[in-house]
Amino acid sequence: MGNEKAQRILWISWLLATIGLVAWMAYIMLIDTADKSVFMPGDLTAGHHQLQLACTACHSDPLGGSEVLQEACINCHGEDRKKPFDSHPMSKFRDPRNADRLENIDALHCVTCHTEHRPEITRNNGVTQPRDLCAHCHAEIAEDRPSHRGMDFTTCADSGCHNFHNNRSLYTKFLIKHLDEPDLLEAPLVPQREFAQLLDQIVEYPIEQYPVQVLLPQDADDDFTFMIGQREQSHADWAATAHARSGVNCSACHQPKAQDGTQPVWADHPDEQVCTSCHSLEADRFTRGKHGMRLAAGLPALQISEARLPMRADAGHELLGCNSCHVAHRYDVRHAAAEACTGCHDDTHTLAYADSPHHELWKKELSGELPDGSGVSCATCHMPRIEFDVNDWLTRVMVDHNQSANLSPNAKMIRSACLQCHGLEFSIDALADQRLIDNNFSGRPSVHVGTMDLAAAEKERRDSEAGEDDDTSMFGF
Amino acid sequence: MSIKMKSSIGLAVCLCMGIAVAAEPGSETVSVKAMADALHMVMDSDRTVYTRTIVNRLVKKDKVIKASEHFEDDQALALPAQMFRFGAEMVAERAADNPEVDFSYSLQSLWPVNKQNAPQTDAEKEGLKFIADNKGKNFYATEKLGKQEYFTAIYPDIGVAPVCVSCHNAHPDSPKTDFKLGDVMGGVVIRIPVEG
Repeated sequence: MGNEKAQRILWISWLLATIGLVAWMAYIMLIDTADKSVFMPGDLTAGHHQLQLACTACHSDPLGGSEVLQEACINCHGEDRKKPFDSHPMSKFRDPRNADRLENIDALHCVTCHTEHRPEITRNNGVTQPRDLCAHCHAEIAEDRPSHRGMDFTTCADSGCHNFHNNRSLYTKFLIKHLDEPDLLEAPLVPQREFAQLLDQIVEYPIEQYPVQVLLPQDADDDFTFMIGQREQSHADWAATAHARSGVNCSACHQPKAQDGTQPVWADHPDEQVCTSCHSLEADRFTRGKHGMRLAAGLPALQISEARLPMRADAGHELLGCNSCHVAHRYDVRHAAAEACTGCHDDTHTLAYADSPHHELWKKELSGELPDGSGVSCATCHMPRIEFDVNDWLTRVMVDHNQSANLSPNAKMIRSACLQCHGLEFSIDALADQRLIDNNFSGRPSVHVGTMDLAAAEKERRDSEAGEDDDTSMFGF
Repeated sequence: MSIKMKSSIGLAVCLCMGIAVAAEPGSETVSVKAMADALHMVMDSDRTVYTRTIVNRLVKKDKVIKASEHFEDDQALALPAQMFRFGAEMVAERAADNPEVDFSYSLQSLWPVNKQNAPQTDAEKEGLKFIADNKGKNFYATEKLGKQEYFTAIYPDIGVAPVCVSCHNAHPDSPKTDFKLGDVMGGVVIRIPVEG
């Protein structure tokens, strides 16, 4: 009898433990904000760690195989995986003639080179293949490019040489075109933004409800019970913005008029949807970068304290949204371009900015000593102004709000940032110099990458081998 | 895909070309060779039109714009071979989503500007040599790549316009610099998966 009782107690304990365990696991799986790391076979990469709360962002179908993961990769990264941004697009490998190559390395699936949850083998940029993977397909490169003889395949992807995906600033003709450039170009300026000039051509912009005109503090159409003194401050902040200069009144964000003229209830704290209604391109790019990727996955915004990069402790509580950098009512893009960054980031590169030559230029632009576009803020390099397709017939110069787009590897920054002001050789060398990156580019590169030397030799070969009758000018070689 | 091509595919090609391929009236099938020949006729005609009426006319004759392999950076026309390849890549993407209409094609040469476009499989090596040695003839074979059997057709790619010849002869990476108008410069390889 005693045995039976003991057994019963054991069974009941086992049953309760099992029920408890299942309930706990179900809670973690089903509650969005619950930490799901207990289910992870290994830590996520720096690129994905913010999605730790949302296993389904990648594992959308528990019964699916590699095709489900592949779809998840393409959902977020697909646009960048096409030409001209990718020199190894998947379509290249779908050709059956590459079947034998695919047996060596399955280039049709992103996870072949970017395996998740394997921190012990993950290198820079989330790569989990050995450094010499190029040898799989380019073993005979030395025959085609004698200049590459003697180079080891572990050096292909060195800074300033080749990237598997984006080689837009490293292909031969581009290098040759930029030979012999000075370190600092004459009169360097970044392009001006074009949003204000194109409002009448942007379909979703509510120009009828809010025609372009200069508004003064007394024009404010607010409907809010302010604290004493707060009203004047809010109006003064707003009146100094591009919003006020462009006819965007208080109601445009707090109580946006519909096309039929009706207005919803006034919202004291409108959410980011109102920003998106006019700035949809910026918002879309924001959710593609590390600042906004959580929102794209349907998760709560990133809290600064959850970041892996060094951040200031006093900013740890901040949640990342439009107003984190732009500040409600003030919408001062100059604040958003530098001070907002240094308000959170606390790494050596950021801390060194205050004493850098780039910051000196930025201060001179702010004081009016230098023209607009000549200073170098954090955003000048990390959120550069580049041309975006608004639709099939319109492009505009816009601040790229995906600040992750031109990093990893940093050579992606060459075209969008460095070359606005610097020569290509100087840029390649500077980006390969970790010391210079750490001190925020105070000084000259102490590293020299041989890329431009190879390009110069190749140009010499081409010039010497070109026949007298060759009319290469019409083909732009 | 079965070697017996579905009639709808054959019909679509017939409609595109405005001609009848080798299918009998009321027949459910069209031969895989006729399918490949029809595809090639469309590809070849489209590229020839682009080469003659766009690239050759504007670059060589009117001299109003360049054609460049880096056409976006150079604000130039895409080269005819690139136009062809972009189409092939788009087909590869679309075919991946629609395996019922699975085929692939590529442009290759014994003298490729890009070494990745040199013949790779045994059929490609044999076929490209055959079409270069036997002007005007096509080459047909079956081959197994990976686990899949393919019907592979190789068609001579002729330098139809002066720009084809002058561009290849002058390109710094071209291994052959004495092409003449009308020469076989390479081959179009079309592959259709068949049951082994």
